[in-house]
Order: sequence, then C-alpha cells, then structure tokens
Amino acid sequence: MPAPAGAGMNAADIKERGFQLMIVSVASGKGGTGKTTVAASLALSAGQDVQLLDCDVEAPNAHLFVYPEFESEETVTMPVPVVDEDKCTGCGECVAICQFNAIINLADTIMTFPELCHGCGGCQAACPAGAIEEGKRTIGTIQHGRCSSLDFVHGRLRIGEAMAPPLIRQVRSRIIPDKKAFIDAPPGTSCPVIAAINDTDFVVLVAEPTPFGLNDLELAVETVKILELPCGLVINRSDIGDSAVAEYAARENIPVLMEIPYDRAIAEAYCRGEPLVEAFPEWKSRFAGLYEHIERHVAQKV
Amino acid sequence: MKELVVISGKGGSGKTSITASLAGLADKPVLCDADVDAADMHLIMSPEVKETHEFMAGHTAFIDQQRCNECGKCIELCRWQAISPDFVVDPITCEGCGVCYYFCDQGAVEFPENLSGHWYISESRFGPMVHARLGIAEENSGKLVSLVRREASKIADSNANSLVITDGPPGVGCPVIAAIGGAAGVLIVTEPSVSGIHDMERVVDLAGHFSVPAMVCINKYDLNESATNKILRFARDRGVPCAGLVPFDPAMTKSMVQAQTLFEYDPGAPACSAVRSVWSRVLELL
Repeated sequence: MPAPAGAGMNAADIKERGFQLMIVSVASGKGGTGKTTVAASLALSAGQDVQLLDCDVEAPNAHLFVYPEFESEETVTMPVPVVDEDKCTGCGECVAICQFNAIINLADTIMTFPELCHGCGGCQAACPAGAIEEGKRTIGTIQHGRCSSLDFVHGRLRIGEAMAPPLIRQVRSRIIPDKKAFIDAPPGTSCPVIAAINDTDFVVLVAEPTPFGLNDLELAVETVKILELPCGLVINRSDIGDSAVAEYAARENIPVLMEIPYDRAIAEAYCRGEPLVEAFPEWKSRFAGLYEHIERHVAQKV
Repeated sequence: MKELVVISGKGGSGKTSITASLAGLADKPVLCDADVDAADMHLIMSPEVKETHEFMAGHTAFIDQQRCNECGKCIELCRWQAISPDFVVDPITCEGCGVCYYFCDQGAVEFPENLSGHWYISESRFGPMVHARLGIAEENSGKLVSLVRREASKIADSNANSLVITDGPPGVGCPVIAAIGGAAGVLIVTEPSVSGIHDMERVVDLAGHFSVPAMVCINKYDLNESATNKILRFARDRGVPCAGLVPFDPAMTKSMVQAQTLFEYDPGAPACSAVRSVWSRVLELL
C-alpha cells in the first residue's frame, strides 16, 4: 500500500534514525502578528545549513521575504476511493465505515465525494468484493527553492481544497536532516497548526500587545501545552497596546525572548517585502542571538 | 435576509476591527463570529451569553488494554501512525476515521464522539450575536463555522433582521470555505503589503470558485500607495469592486484596547469617515 499523504518522515522518525537536527516552529494563534517576519529573520540570521519551510499553506507568504529561486515543483495528492461498478455488489460496507460521508449509497449506487475524503483507506479495506481502488485528489503543490545558502520549501493549498493538514505534513516531510529547520506555521489553534508545530524542538510564539493578541496568545499557549513543547515569546509592535501580554507571560513563566517595537519604517519595509534583518541590519545579530538562545535551551533539555 | 462575510486571506489585516465598526453602523444586524479557532469579536462586543451549547463532532479512538490481544491489525491499518507499538492511541494524531474500531476483532477499540467546543447565543449592544469556541487542537472547524452561521441566520429570520454580519477566519481552507458558501457577498479586507496582496488574490480566487460576489477594502492603504494601486488594478481586472480605502490610524488599535468600536472610541478619528463610506458602498453592492 502506498504511503498516505499524511505520513511523511516526521521529526520523531528522523530522530530515531539518529540524525541531529533542530526544528524551530513559529506560531501565533492570531494572524498578522509577525510570524513570517520572525521565521524569515531567524532563518536568515542562523548561519549556514538552514532550511525554511512555510507551512502556512493557505496563505504562504515567506517566499515574498526571502526571494527564493524556485527549482522544482511537485503536485501533492491524497488517496481517494474509486468504485468499480462492475465489481460492486452494493453491500454498503464502505458507506458504514466512512466517518466523513465521502461515500454514500444513493438508490443502490455507491457515490463518492472525493473532496470530503480524508484518505483513511477504510472503504477499500472494508470492501469484500475488492471493488474499491485508490484514486487521487490533488490538494496542492510543494515548491522547492534556494536563496544563497538557504534551502526553501513551501506548500500551496489548491484553491477550493479544504484540507490543509495533509499538505502541511508533506511539507514537513521535506525537512532535510542535519539542517536547522524553521517552520512558519499557520494561525489558529486547530488541526493545521498542530500539523505544523507538533514534534518540533521549540515553538516561538509571536504576539502583539493588544486584547486580540492576548486572547489568541492564550489559546496558542494552551495548544503548545497540550503538545508539551517548549516555547518562548516574541512581542511584536511591543509598544502599540497595553502591558497585559507581558504580564500574562510573566504569570505563565513564558520567557520573553525579544521585543520588536512599532516603527512605521519597519511596517513600510514589510509592505515592500524587505526582510527585517536586511532592511535594518542591526536586527540580524539580535536574531542570531535569539537562535543561539533557543539552541542552548533545547540542548539543555536534551 | 442577507449575510455579509468579512474575510481577508492574510490574518491581522484588520478584519475584526473593521467588522465590529461596521456592526455599529448597521441597522439592527445579527452578528456572527465565524473565526472559531481564534475568535476575537467578543472582546469588542462584550456579549452577554444567553445560551451555551456543546459542539459534538468527530470521534477519537481509544484502545481498552484489557480486551486488546495485540494482534497489530490496527497499527497496520492506521494511516496516521496514531497507534503506538504498545497499542495506545495518540488523541492528537488520531484522525477519527474509525478504521481501527471497525476492524478490531476483539472489540477492544472504543470510538466515542468528541466534545469539540462550545457555541453561544448572546446579546450585544449592537444586536444578537452567535459565536463559538473550538476546543484547542480540535478538528471540524468547518462544521462549527457552518453551525454558527446557520444559527445566526435563524435568529435573523425569526426576528426579521435583514442583515447578518459575519467575521470570517483567515486562510482559504476548510473554515473559510464553510464561512463563505451561500453568502450574499464577501468583503475582503486586505492591506497594501506583498503578503496582503498575495493572500487577497487567493481569496478572490476562492470567492470566484464558490461563486460568491466579492468586494475589497484596503486597510492601512497609505502605508504603501504603490501596493494599494496594485490591489486596485488587480480588483478592476478581476471585476471585483473596491468598497473603499481606510488609512492607517492608531485609533484602530487604541479602540480595541478599550473594548470599543472605532466610532465609540473616537468618532473624529481619520479612519471613521473612511469606514463609514466603506459601509455605504457595501450596502449598495450587497
């Protein structure tokens, strides 16, 4: 049976094989807090052998700030059932097992709804007549590129496709062992974020000091706690709102790793797609220091 | 009854702040927060919760070690590698497909339905509000989005409210698809940045894919006027009407800190007249 779209080489697999590596994910809960700025800045400041993976496959933006030269593109598919009507006896076992209403019995004809299918293979395994074969549904693409020494990968969810997690897992399976990997995660707290940050060595949470920022940071922290991952906080536009985010971080013992003040010049450079650490080189050593800090923290835990 | 859904593609473009301000301008709207995994509109609306409902969706497998004979069939069939070699299901990785439950000869796999979150019917100073909180690390956000929209529509129908204003989620995936289907129109709030443009193009395509009429509003348009022009050209080429341009205005964040809409915080703020004209244009287009 071919490997499903969901099962790439995950971090645990890679570690079991004895490779040394470091995977840092950047997440936020709320969108637009500066995740991509932080992920790209870390990747551009962490020295050699770096890989940046944009796992925000619904709204992939990291390439707009690191200008990779794309070298290849692959289509990512998920397995979906194809029913051979000549073999189908209409017994309905496939309908009974499907949890996602992706295969139904309509007037004694088995119909499939590939866009609802999660690719579990249950219908195929359940069919006593061997009438179900595996077809494919395209969920998006993965592009590979380089920007000087930086290895870049991102996924792009096909417009109209609902399921981001299988594509995110595929992007993550492109992690090259022995490189420092940085993952730009999607916003939110549900399955796409889990797929992007689970099993990473450290999560950098990016928040802005506003009521929305605090509310969504609290959700992101709960997510990270459920996954039992170490995390730290970057407060972006650190002077635009109030002090509630910093107070929350202190209460929860979440280290504040960096504060980036609001500066219209930074916002304007961002709008033009200029990476922070290149538009304002003084930030490069700060991000290099941030990476070293994370590396030390992870080394201590190990 | 019509429903306006506010989306953005990219998060943090000002969707919720603008939605809340529009809610204050609308005539007796029903409000709906469809950003169920990072809902924020309640922070401005301070809704008084009238009804709390459980959201049951999806299942998670659990193996009863007493009944398990360690035949290994579940591990072999699970495509998510969610079952450990000692037959424990990782609830985070479990997709809820039920294959292990279905094929276990010993009946050792339990497969209960999940409590995936809660949804609420509330009263706000601008009208009834339907909102939700998806449980952390849960799936089925699309189902919950559909549910809160359906409930908001029911309230609007029974009270003869003519408009539902829905704050949508970011992105283009499952919850966004669930948020826009069947809406009278989507207002895409974008910002004049390379990423704002990139993600706006994707949601314009998404709205087109599902045949939902779209319009755009450019927030913080003065941060980069050449990008603003690019958005306007793109919108014109794609036949997407522009509902207006809103200048960068610190009052937008300050009002949020005070849990107020822009108009409540400072009716004289520069962004106010811009948002007011966005609203009249939206009403013409809807």
